[in-house]
Amino acid sequence: MDIQNYKSLLNDEASRKFETFSYLPEMGAKELRTQIQAMIDNGWSLAIEHVEPERANSTYWYMWKLPLFGEWDIDHVMKELNACRNANPGHVVKVIGYDAKRQTQGMAMVVTRPSGQAAN
Amino acid sequence: MTEKLPNAPGKYVAGVKEYRETYWDPEYQPKDTDILACFKVTPQPGVLREEVAAAVAAESSTGTWTTVWTDLLTNLDHYKGRAYRIEDVPGDKESYYAFVAYPIDLFEEGSIVNVLTSLVGNVFGFKALRALRLEDIRFPLHYVMTCGGPPHGIQVERDKLNKYGRPLLGCTIKPKLGLSAKNYGRAVYECLRGGLDFTKDDENINSQPFMRWRQRFECVAEAVHQAEAETGERKGHYLNVTSPTVEEMYKRAEFAKSMDMRIIMHDFFTAGFTANTSLANWCRDNGMLLHIHRAMHAVVDRHPKHGIHFRVLTKCLRLSGGDHMHSGTVVGKLEGDREATLGWVDLMRESFIPENRARGIFFDQDFGTMPGMMPVASGGIHVWHMPALVAIFGDDACLQFGGGTLGHPWGNAAGAAANRVAVEACVQARNAGIEVEKHGREVLTKAAKSSPELAAAMETWKEIRFEFDTVDKLDVAS
Repeated sequence: MDIQNYKSLLNDEASRKFETFSYLPEMGAKELRTQIQAMIDNGWSLAIEHVEPERANSTYWYMWKLPLFGEWDIDHVMKELNACRNANPGHVVKVIGYDAKRQTQGMAMVVTRPSGQAAN
Repeated sequence: MTEKLPNAPGKYVAGVKEYRETYWDPEYQPKDTDILACFKVTPQPGVLREEVAAAVAAESSTGTWTTVWTDLLTNLDHYKGRAYRIEDVPGDKESYYAFVAYPIDLFEEGSIVNVLTSLVGNVFGFKALRALRLEDIRFPLHYVMTCGGPPHGIQVERDKLNKYGRPLLGCTIKPKLGLSAKNYGRAVYECLRGGLDFTKDDENINSQPFMRWRQRFECVAEAVHQAEAETGERKGHYLNVTSPTVEEMYKRAEFAKSMDMRIIMHDFFTAGFTANTSLANWCRDNGMLLHIHRAMHAVVDRHPKHGIHFRVLTKCLRLSGGDHMHSGTVVGKLEGDREATLGWVDLMRESFIPENRARGIFFDQDFGTMPGMMPVASGGIHVWHMPALVAIFGDDACLQFGGGTLGHPWGNAAGAAANRVAVEACVQARNAGIEVEKHGREVLTKAAKSSPELAAAMETWKEIRFEFDTVDKLDVAS
């Protein structure tokens, strides 16, 4: 194949990435559930955060309520996620898995990109 | 009074004593505070095992070849090392393991330099030995607590970089020597804008006439900042501050900090543990991550019968300080047995590592709350290795593709994107319960459907393999 140009531009929103999984196509609802279920299976506490796209590189995003401690029902997690999305149109939304034992986030993945379509 | 008092030394008798009279003590129960060492001993023919083991203990602690009157001015029983166990080496008739216990009081606190000067000093040239290898050291937690350790560790690095749930990706810039600073910065920028987290100075890039360090740092800083603005992600380049003098090393580190760089690098073995420990302390004080390269390690750790095993160097470096440490890849172009590699990867990352002979770990090792280091897998790896690398190393590792990024037919940015897509696809599949090492081809092929960069990389490197047997294998009976 001929040499292809790799496009990334400062003024193109599509060039903005959001860490883990942001180089893959946006996940559909089924794939997303699988990833969130994996966090639950690891024993991590889930949390939902959101922020304006222009502030996406900051450390502290807006926390949606409190982390969902003790919540292992994936349907309820998805319900909270969608509630956060609906209340904050245009925001970037991520799901975090807090690994309390290792005192770190075992996973943080953006599930709503500013340009993308939310998977339900 | 003619009877000897129990605690008084006897008469001074000049002359040569057998080492084993003083330094072989099979009844000895090692204390929790002792530093323990396991040596693989290959004696000259005809020398008694116990005598050689005792000689190793003596020569690496308080002993010398003859009795001296000043021995009687101290309590040598308190200070001496003791050979306390001898074991056969599985599948090897000429060598055996000698276990030696050293009282903690023999060593200066927080000084890896002092520990090594004793344990692997004169004794390695000892005539009664044909070869000697330090296989493992147990550092008691009491000693660990006197060392600074990694400046930040894995968790803090993730928080600083905002990257969770996946291995980090890096690339060493090539050609390793000869680029001008401006052209070098270009290569860095292309890699980072394509999706890598890090790029790296090669170990032998210091400050040569073709590219002085200051120009390199300036060009790289601009490249990093530009790529961060474009992608919105946090990035770094390991600026090599390994220098001819420590004064120069600090100068370069300070300059990197003034350019708002997140990470610098150091070659701990050629520069030495003193310089490394000082630099680690500087990094801790200045919020700078520290990547550690290991040039020269294979000189001392590759021969199965002589030298120092890499697991010992790993422990020493963790105590001296580093946030990243090269571990080998298992699958790439450089030496590394899988089980042995998993053994020293545990020594880099875990808090407590139990004895596990199947991985070459001779002692329980407790690091307490000392932070762990990110193992760095680098050398001859490309996208086809990604499933195996994710399976072997898990999330807490940095995977570095040099040729595997820069050699992409469309250039560095496309090569970077290919690696990023590949790693994310493997992590996604693993989280979904797929055995990625087994189903790597399907995972990558599926991901390549939406990434022409990955498809081109898979096409380019489909035939490359590195399947030589390892020279240094774990000792197992065959």
